[in-house]
Amino acid sequence: MTRSELIQRLAEMNPHLYQRDVERIIGTIFDEITEALSRGDRVELRGFGAFSVKRRGPRTGRNPRTGSSVQVSEKHVPFFKAGKELRERLNTGR
Amino acid sequence: MAERTLTRADLSEAVYQEVGLSRHESAQLVEIVLKQISDALAQGESVKISSFGSFSVRQKGQRIGRNPKTGAVVPIMPRRVLVFRASHVLKNTINKKLSQLDAARPTAPESGGQPA
Repeated sequence: MTRSELIQRLAEMNPHLYQRDVERIIGTIFDEITEALSRGDRVELRGFGAFSVKRRGPRTGRNPRTGSSVQVSEKHVPFFKAGKELRERLNTGR
Repeated sequence: MAERTLTRADLSEAVYQEVGLSRHESAQLVEIVLKQISDALAQGESVKISSFGSFSVRQKGQRIGRNPKTGAVVPIMPRRVLVFRASHVLKNTINKKLSQLDAARPTAPESGGQPA
């Protein structure tokens, strides 16, 4: 399922909504999550899962081709952990 | 950094502010979106949200695990796990904003620096 298929399904389930509004609903949800993570906040959606940001400290890496060392600066990576309910559903197929 | 946790309520409020539906309907729609995604994943379907990331289901084979406390051998049954891959857009946005925040913050005391 892609973003546009998700919009399509939501629109079909809610014929009273304008297509434009359905697009904004989906957009708002993912924008909110993105903004929260960009502030370093967590997003916890019970039953679904939790998004957080993990910090990767600066390190000395190596260029695998030349072997020369390169400074890799600190970075932040988004992380998702599936919630209990979703994890269980994956394994019962329901 | 004052870290807080966003919940469903914050997402519903954002939808309410942004789209102008009732609070009740906004909350319901957030719920439906999460359910649609969960349903797709539960059926083994991947979910790709452009400029955010993709959720996919990965099959794990059986392996031998150990109870770390007792050392007893326990078989771990084959199972399905969910993996999330953030898109480059999401990764870049997070890194850009967080490095700006870091730069704006007064520098933390260096280890071994002189006490103020």
